[in-house]
Amino acid sequence: MPKKVLIADDESNIVMSLQFLMEAAGYEVRTVADGEAALQVLREFRPDLVLLDVMMPKKNGYEICQAMREMPALQGTKVVMLTAKGREIDAEKGLALGADAYVTKPFATKDLVAKVKAMLGDT
Amino acid sequence: MLRDWVVISVASAYLGLLFAIAYYADRRADHGRSLIANPYIYSLSLAVYATAWTFYGSVGRAVSTGVGFLPIYIGPTLMCVLWWILLRKMILISKVHRITSLADFIASRYGKSALVAGLVTVIAVIGILPYISLQLKAISTAFQIVHSHDVEVLRASREGPFIADTAFYVALILAAFTIIFGTRHLDASERHEGMVAAIAFESLVKLIAFLAVGAFVTYGMFDGFGDVFTRARALPRVEELFVIGGSGDAHAGILASLYSASFFSMLAIMFLPRQFQVSVVENVDVNHVKTAIWLFPLYMLVINLFVPAIAFGGMLHFAGASVDPDTYVLTLPLANGHNGLGLLVFIGGLSAATGMVIVETIALSTMVCNDLAMPLLLRWRALRLNERKDLTGLLLGIRRAAILVMLLLGYLYFRVAGEAYALVSIGLISFAAVAQFAPACLGGLFWKGGTRAGALAGLSAGFIVWLYTLLVPAFARSGWVPMSLVDAGPFGIELLRPLQLLGLTGLDQITHGMIWSMLANVGAYVATSLATTQSAVEHSQATLFVDAFKHSVVGTGSLFWRGGVSVQELRALLARFLGAEKADDTLDSYARQRRLRSAWEVEADANLIQFAETKLAGAIGGASAHAMVASVVKEAPLSMDEVMSILDEASQIMKYSRELEQKSRELASAYSELRSANERLKELDKMKDDFVSHVSHELRTPLTSIRSFSEILQDYPQLDAPTRSKYLSVIIQEAERLTRLINQVLDLSKIEAGRAEWQMEDVNPREVIDHAVAATSRLFAEKAATLEVDLPADVPRIVADRDRLVQVVINLLSNAAKFCADPGGRVSVSLRVLADGIRVDVRDNGMGIAPKDHEVIFEKFRQAGDTLTAKPRGTGLGLPISREIIKHLGGRLWVESELGKGATFSFVVPLVRRAEAGGEAGEEKETEAFGARMAQAKAH
Repeated sequence: MPKKVLIADDESNIVMSLQFLMEAAGYEVRTVADGEAALQVLREFRPDLVLLDVMMPKKNGYEICQAMREMPALQGTKVVMLTAKGREIDAEKGLALGADAYVTKPFATKDLVAKVKAMLGDT
Repeated sequence: MLRDWVVISVASAYLGLLFAIAYYADRRADHGRSLIANPYIYSLSLAVYATAWTFYGSVGRAVSTGVGFLPIYIGPTLMCVLWWILLRKMILISKVHRITSLADFIASRYGKSALVAGLVTVIAVIGILPYISLQLKAISTAFQIVHSHDVEVLRASREGPFIADTAFYVALILAAFTIIFGTRHLDASERHEGMVAAIAFESLVKLIAFLAVGAFVTYGMFDGFGDVFTRARALPRVEELFVIGGSGDAHAGILASLYSASFFSMLAIMFLPRQFQVSVVENVDVNHVKTAIWLFPLYMLVINLFVPAIAFGGMLHFAGASVDPDTYVLTLPLANGHNGLGLLVFIGGLSAATGMVIVETIALSTMVCNDLAMPLLLRWRALRLNERKDLTGLLLGIRRAAILVMLLLGYLYFRVAGEAYALVSIGLISFAAVAQFAPACLGGLFWKGGTRAGALAGLSAGFIVWLYTLLVPAFARSGWVPMSLVDAGPFGIELLRPLQLLGLTGLDQITHGMIWSMLANVGAYVATSLATTQSAVEHSQATLFVDAFKHSVVGTGSLFWRGGVSVQELRALLARFLGAEKADDTLDSYARQRRLRSAWEVEADANLIQFAETKLAGAIGGASAHAMVASVVKEAPLSMDEVMSILDEASQIMKYSRELEQKSRELASAYSELRSANERLKELDKMKDDFVSHVSHELRTPLTSIRSFSEILQDYPQLDAPTRSKYLSVIIQEAERLTRLINQVLDLSKIEAGRAEWQMEDVNPREVIDHAVAATSRLFAEKAATLEVDLPADVPRIVADRDRLVQVVINLLSNAAKFCADPGGRVSVSLRVLADGIRVDVRDNGMGIAPKDHEVIFEKFRQAGDTLTAKPRGTGLGLPISREIIKHLGGRLWVESELGKGATFSFVVPLVRRAEAGGEAGEEKETEAFGARMAQAKAH
């Protein structure tokens, strides 16, 4: 049973690349393009890990992260926040809201895959 | 036959009586019941004017010049008319300023100048000496006549030693008498009640004696005036002498001398030191002037009434004998065997002479002491007078010595020069001397412009001319200087002959001297006064003198005072000159005046200092008192410049404080400006931060895709060709996006900073829209949307940057293509010509924009879709840039839309670019300002 990864980002090209990388690593992938869709899919898909973009339409990454931490079913889901905002304060904010990792765009694909694998215990 | 012992006893008894009267009056004064507080006594005391000169000399002058004796009487009578204004003013001023002498008076007017006081004193002493000698001559001559009964012995020469000379003893006796009379003690007010009482008594005695002689001659020797006058007509020259209106040069000369003698007499009644003494200093009540105005002329009229009769009587009686007409008054009774009457006349003459000598020498000694000796002694540091506790003894000593010296000098003059002149001529020379005070004094009373320098110049010039034209000839006649000086002029220069100065001939000596001395005096006084300025003290004194009737309240003298002194210091100063007891009395009286319980409550303010100064002025004169008080008070002379600089300082301070206020207001506003600038900077900083964050985000996003797919393509070489091609096209697409973004960011910042280059040219709006439609046709084709283009056939050209305007239309069209309905998208673009420009509308049938977002969409990196829909593609800079471009072209770009009803983006561009677009210079400045703001923002 492959582990499940949800990709939430409004940039279709980025989503495309992330999907390729996660599938290549052997995970079951679902993608959403905005915050509301992300919350919906999270409940039914129950991923092991979410690659969560901060800047998304309708609901941003922080709001989703906060909501996830209030849902008992998703306590085991790892959250990797992705952001094009490079400021320290943004990373701290994400971690404070319950993210497990914080990755700044653009990222090295190998590093990201390695990080996801490590967090899912697949090393 | 009058025996010497009888004459001497009677004279001594008479002097004793005078002394008793004086003593009694002084006692009364001490008890506060003044004997002389009486207008009649005041008027009689003024008659000290009638000296032995009047008593004996009038008759002599009547004999030699006929009506020539009258001016001595007419002058004062004329002056009396002015007394209500002139004398009253002088009295008021003197009371306010504690004036003690004429020198004091003039010096006070000119800023309490010690120099003026000294000069006046010198002139007075020199000018009056002949006058004193005249009195000595009269007394000793009278005594000789009474002693020898030889009416002709009088012209005998005085070759004998002075030990045997009666006049010498007369001088000594008069000196002793005057000293006892006038300087027994020192009075702060310099008033001598006893002396005044005695003088008034003497005036009565001399009047009675003269009237007695007159009556005797007129009615005893002749049968009344008619008889004397009728008989006199038979005498040679009499008719000619006593009729005004004859003919010829002699007559003109007589008229001139009448005028000049009257003129000098007018001034003499005011400015003879003794007249000033009795009429001003000794005045008890200024209202006494009212009585004196009519009583004094009456006295003068009465005492002159018998002059022609006595003259004619003498001329008739002594016809052919060499009897001096100056002695007729005495010789007529004696020649007729009336020894008793002769004795009375002798006493009358003695009265006239002693009265003059006493008052004159006392007045002069006061001046010599206060205005000449003390200032010099006080300045003589070796004497350490400043440190002496009690100077009253010294003051009295100086005065007594001055009296003695003056009488001895008078005697000396009498011995050397006295014989050369008749009595009247000597007197007129003195009159001419004191007349020199008139310009400075009268000018000072009525003209505020008179200055100290002017007074000094006038006095000096007048005095020098007087010396040269009147005294030098007198000395020449006495043999002191060679007669050739008078006859041929100094060094033989005729123009400088003392009696015909600058060729002025045909006048008698007195008239000649009057014209020149007065011309020099008044001329120098007025010219110098006009050419010089007054010091602050002078100015203050000038105002007080000229406006005396306006402010005559004692104790308000000093207008300006500054300095510091304690009451003790002032008391010590007063004690030094007045004695300790009087000093305490003075302070007590000041305290009473101020309604204070004791002198110890007195504050050493300007008033007390003024008070002390006036008290002290009574003892040592105004100028000396001023100097003494100033030395204690450490009062620096307050010059006009200083007053101005004090005022200046004050205004400077006010100006400074106004400047301070201004500065503090400026500071406050600068502070608030700084604060708002800081707020703005913080805002700018946040904006910059947000902008950087936005740009960073917008750069990172395409970069993320580019990097990811590049790595994927590298790491997964096994990928099939279509996938690889797909990934590569993503990379290219994102790279284009990145390029576009970078270009737009740079473009926008350039436009905002005004650094963009604009290629302004004539542009056809139709071509612009055609171009943009062509460029975006692919977008519409891809989306299968329809584009309607509505352009009028005839469109005016506008001035604009063609490429940028095309860019704006492309932005709007591509936005419309992006947001129009899908499928079934419909977009229309239309161009309309307005009155002053063109309007372009781009309408789509998309979901529309909520009114709250109508402005938001024109902000950088903001898109209405942010939170509503899936993120549309674009840099988020298209609309902001478009708006900037249209703004630069002087137009406006806006949106009209409602949610669900599509949107219409419109802009207008004027045919002629408006000024608000700004010139190049303004843009440059803005650039600098922006740069500075950015730099500051970085620093924060």
